[in-house]
Amino acid sequence: MLKKLASAAVALTMTTGLSGPAFAQDLDGTLRIISDMSNPAPREVMEGLAADFDAMHPNLTVELDIVDREAWKSQIRNALSANPPDVVNWYAANRMAPYVDSGLFMDITDWWDAGDYEGLESVKGALTMDGKQWGIPYTYYQWGVYYREDIFNELGLEEPETFEQEIANCQAILDSGRKCYTIGTKFLWTAGGWFDYLNMRTNGFDHHMALARGELSWTEDEGVRQTFENWRTLIDMGAFVDDHQTYSWQEALPFMVNGEAAAYLMGNFVVPQLRDAGLGDDQIDFYQFPAINPDVAMGEDAPTDTFHVASGAQNVEAARAFLQYVTSAEVQTEINGPDGLGQLPVNANASVADDEFIQQGFTMLSENATGGIAQFFDRDFPAEMASIGMEGLQEFMVFPDNLDDILARLENARQRIYD
Amino acid sequence: MFPTPIEKRSRAAQITYQSLVPLALIMWLLPLIAVALFSIRPGVDFSNGNYWGVPSSFELFTNYGKVFFESDMPRYLWNSVLITVPTVIGAVALSCMTGFALGIYRFRGNLLIFFMFIAGNFVPFQILMVPVRDLTVDAGLYDTKLGLVLFHVAFQTGFCTLFMRNFIRALPYELIEAARVEGVKEWRIFWYIVLPLMKPAIAALSVLIFTFIWNDYFWAVVLTQGPDAQPVTAGITSFNSQFVAQYHLMSAGSIVAALPPVLMFFLMQRHFIAGLTLGAVK
Amino acid sequence: MTIATDPETQGWFQRNRMIITPLLFLLPGVAFFAVYVISPIFQSFYISTFEWNGLGSLSEQGEFVGMQNYSELMADRNFEVSLWNNVKWLALYLLAIPGGLFIALFLNQTIRGIRVYKSLFFFPFVISQVVVGLVFSWFYLPNVGLLNVVLGWFGTEVNILGNPDLATYGIIAAGLWPQTAYCMILYLTGLNAVDPEQIEAARLDGARGRHMLWHVILPQLRPATFIAFVVTIIGALRSFDLISVMTNGGPFGSTRVLSFYMFEKALSEYGFRMGYGSAIAVILFLIMLIFIGYFLWSMWRDERDARR
Repeated sequence: MLKKLASAAVALTMTTGLSGPAFAQDLDGTLRIISDMSNPAPREVMEGLAADFDAMHPNLTVELDIVDREAWKSQIRNALSANPPDVVNWYAANRMAPYVDSGLFMDITDWWDAGDYEGLESVKGALTMDGKQWGIPYTYYQWGVYYREDIFNELGLEEPETFEQEIANCQAILDSGRKCYTIGTKFLWTAGGWFDYLNMRTNGFDHHMALARGELSWTEDEGVRQTFENWRTLIDMGAFVDDHQTYSWQEALPFMVNGEAAAYLMGNFVVPQLRDAGLGDDQIDFYQFPAINPDVAMGEDAPTDTFHVASGAQNVEAARAFLQYVTSAEVQTEINGPDGLGQLPVNANASVADDEFIQQGFTMLSENATGGIAQFFDRDFPAEMASIGMEGLQEFMVFPDNLDDILARLENARQRIYD
Repeated sequence: MFPTPIEKRSRAAQITYQSLVPLALIMWLLPLIAVALFSIRPGVDFSNGNYWGVPSSFELFTNYGKVFFESDMPRYLWNSVLITVPTVIGAVALSCMTGFALGIYRFRGNLLIFFMFIAGNFVPFQILMVPVRDLTVDAGLYDTKLGLVLFHVAFQTGFCTLFMRNFIRALPYELIEAARVEGVKEWRIFWYIVLPLMKPAIAALSVLIFTFIWNDYFWAVVLTQGPDAQPVTAGITSFNSQFVAQYHLMSAGSIVAALPPVLMFFLMQRHFIAGLTLGAVK
Repeated sequence: MTIATDPETQGWFQRNRMIITPLLFLLPGVAFFAVYVISPIFQSFYISTFEWNGLGSLSEQGEFVGMQNYSELMADRNFEVSLWNNVKWLALYLLAIPGGLFIALFLNQTIRGIRVYKSLFFFPFVISQVVVGLVFSWFYLPNVGLLNVVLGWFGTEVNILGNPDLATYGIIAAGLWPQTAYCMILYLTGLNAVDPEQIEAARLDGARGRHMLWHVILPQLRPATFIAFVVTIIGALRSFDLISVMTNGGPFGSTRVLSFYMFEKALSEYGFRMGYGSAIAVILFLIMLIFIGYFLWSMWRDERDARR
C-alpha cells in the first residue's frame, strides 16, 4: 500500500519540484505522526502525505497512526504525555491553550521567523499564543448556510442578504410544510455555530471575541440579550427541526436530503456528505449568513485545522521538514483540491480548487469577511466555558423561556473560569 | 415446587400458560428483535422511511459482509479476544492462589484481607480512573492491550477471590488434613488435591469473567484510543460514526459485537449460571 | 515454590509453613490488587485537593487548593442534578428485584422447552451495555422508533431521550432490562432449592398464593434476595455505559449521574479538571461506602455463624 502510493508521490515531487532548506538535507530515523483525519477523504489525503514524504526521504521512515476524529479530542492529552509522537493534528486558537500552557506543544516561533512558512502570514494569528507560534495550519473551511436550491426555486425564493429577508424566506418555507433549518444538537457544538453567527451579525466580531475572552457579562450585556432575541424569533417560528437534541449532526442530514428541511448552517465539510446522499449540485447551494445589524461588518467562522510538534518529539528535524512540506504552496493546492479535502488552502500562493463551494467560500472569506475571522465557538472560548456554554445554547433552543436562568449560569461559570 | 405446577391445574390453564410464555418472550425481547430485523434490511429502506414495513429485499449477507470486510470490526473483535482471554487466565490463576490461601489457612488478618478483596470489588470504578490512567500512561502502557489486561486482572481478582475462597471453603477439609498427616507438601496439596477439585469453579468463573471483560466499555475508553488496542465495545462507537444513521449497518455491527458472549453463554450455560448464582442458595 | 524443598531452609519453613505458604500464595494477587485498586482510592482523595489539568505531572503542574473543589461542588448545579439522578437510579433500579422474582415465578414450571425459554429470558444480561444502550436508543427514536410507531397507533408520541424530564427514566428502563434478567436467574436458582417438604406442609396448613409466597417462600429466598440487592445497588451506582451511549449526559446535562459527570469533568473533550473530577468520585465512593459497609457487615455475620 505504502509502496504504491510512494511511486505516485515521486512523480508528484518531480513535477512540482519542491525545494527549500529543509528538503535539501537528508533526514533519517523515524517520524511518528498521529492524525485525526479519520473520515474517508481526509484519511486518504493523510495517508498520501505520509507516503509522499516517506518516499522523498529514503532514509526516513514515516510511521502514521490515524485515530478516530471524535475520540482524538479527548485522547490527545494521553498521546502527548507519555511516549509522545513527533507530529499531531489539532485545532487553532484557544483549543491549543491547555497543551500550550502545559508545555506539550513545541514552541516553533523560530521556524516561523526563519521563513519556513512563506505565504502563511495571514493565518499566523490563529497559531499565536503569548506572542509565540505553536504549530502550523494545513486547511480551513468556511461556514455558512447550505440550502436546497431546488426548494428555493420551487418557492421562488432568493438568497437572503438581510435578516428580514431570511425570516420572510423561512416563513415561506414553513408555509410549504417544511422546516427552515435542520440541526442536530446532541453533541452541542452545532448550536455554537448558530450563536457565533447570530452574535457576530448582531454585535459584530469584536464583541464576539470580547465575549470569548470573558470580558463581557452574559447577564448584563445588552448585545448578548439582543442576540438571543433574534435567535428566539426563529425558534418561535418553528424554524428548526423538532427533536434536534436527539440527533448528531449527521443524523440531522436526512431532513435536508429528504426535503423536510430546506437549509443547514454548517461547515463546508457537509458538502461531500450531501453529495454522497444523492443530492446533485443543482440541488445544493450556499449563501453567506445574512446581515442582521447593518452597522457591523461581517465576521465569519472559518475553523483552521493544524499540525503541531510535540515537545517530547524525538525527530525534530524531520518534524520541521514535514511541517514545511505540508504548508508549501504545491502541497496545499494538492491536498485541499476537490480530490483531497475539498477545502481552502492556507498558503496564499496555492490555488483554490475549481469547485462551486470552495470558490464561493474563498471569495466570501477574502472579500466579505471584513469584520474578522473567528475559529468556532468551542475553539475561541476556553474549553470549560465552551462546554457549559454550548449546553446552555442547546437548552435555549429547546426551552427559550429558560433564558434568564441559562444566562445566569453562564455568567456564574464565566466569573469562575476566567479569573 | 412453587408456584403450583401447571400440570396440576385445569387443561384451560395449561393451554393459556403455554401460549402466554412465548408471547411474553417476544415482548421481552422486542427491542432486540427490532434490531435483528434492522440488520437484514437494505439501506434504501431507511431513506424511504420504510423502517418497519416489509423489507424491500433481504440483505443479510451484504450487511454483515460490510461489517466484516469493510470496517475495522474484525480488528476490534480480535483485540477483544486478545484482551479478554489473557485477563481470564490471569485473574483465574491469581484467584486460585488467593482463594486457596484464604480458604484453607487460618492466620491473623485472613478475614481482613478477604474483606479487602470484597470491598475493592464493590468500589465505583470512577474513583480509580484518574490514578489508574496516570499509572498506565507513566508505565508506557497507555493504548496497549497489556495496559488494559493488567488492570482488568487486578480488579477482577477481587471478585474471583470472593468466589474461589467460598468454593474452597465448601470442599471437604478432611482431605487436606489427611494429606498433611501423610506429609504432603503444602504446594503439592494445592496442585494435586485442591486444584483438581476446583475445576467446576474455574470453568464457571472463566465464563463469567469472559463476559464481564468482553462487555467492558468504561476502561476501554479510559485506557485505549485507536483500532490498535480498543476492544469491540469501544470500537462499535467508531464503527457507528463511520456508518452514521445507516441503521442496517449499525444494527449488524451491534449484533456482531454482542455475539461472542452470547455464544459463550449458550454453550456454557450450566457453568455460567452456576457462577452467577453462587451464594444465591445456602 | 522450590524454596520449600531447599534443604538449608527446610527446618524454618517447615515450622512456619502454615504462615509462609498462604503469604506466598497471596502475594501476587494482593500486590496487583494493592497497586491497581487500593492505592488508587487513596490517590484519588489526594488528587481531589488539587487543581490539575492532567497534562504533565501532578507535582509540577498541580496546584494545591485544599477543600476548594468540594466547596465548589456544593454550589454546582450539575452536581446536584447528577446526585438526584443517582438517587433515581438507586430507587428505580431496585425494581429489578421484584421484576426478576415475578418472571422467575412465572417461568418456574416444567412445560416442554421451558429451559430454552429461561435462557432466552436471561440472555439480555449477557449483552454488553453499550449494545443495550444502542438498541434502546433506536427503540426510542422519535417518529421511526418501534416505541413511537406503537404509540402512534394510539395517536400519541414521545421523544423520551430528548425530554429532560423523561430521559433519565428512559435510560433506567434500558438498564432494568438486563438487570431484571439477572435477578430472575438468581431467583430461579433459589426457587429450585426451596424445600418441597415445607411447601407441602404449608399447603396442608391452608397457605396458598400470596400468603405462601410471603411467609414460606420469600424467607427461604433470602440469600438470593441479598445477592440481587448487592448487584443491583452496585450496578445502579456504576451506571455509565448506558448514559454515555444513549444521551451523552444530555439533553442539557439532565441525564448525568455522578460517575458520568466525573468522567466528563476529568477526561472528556472539554474536561481538564482532574482534581474536580476526583472530588466527584470521592463523593460517589463515600455514598458507595455506606452500602459496602452494610454488605460487609452482613457477610461478616454469616462468616461468624459459619465458623468451623
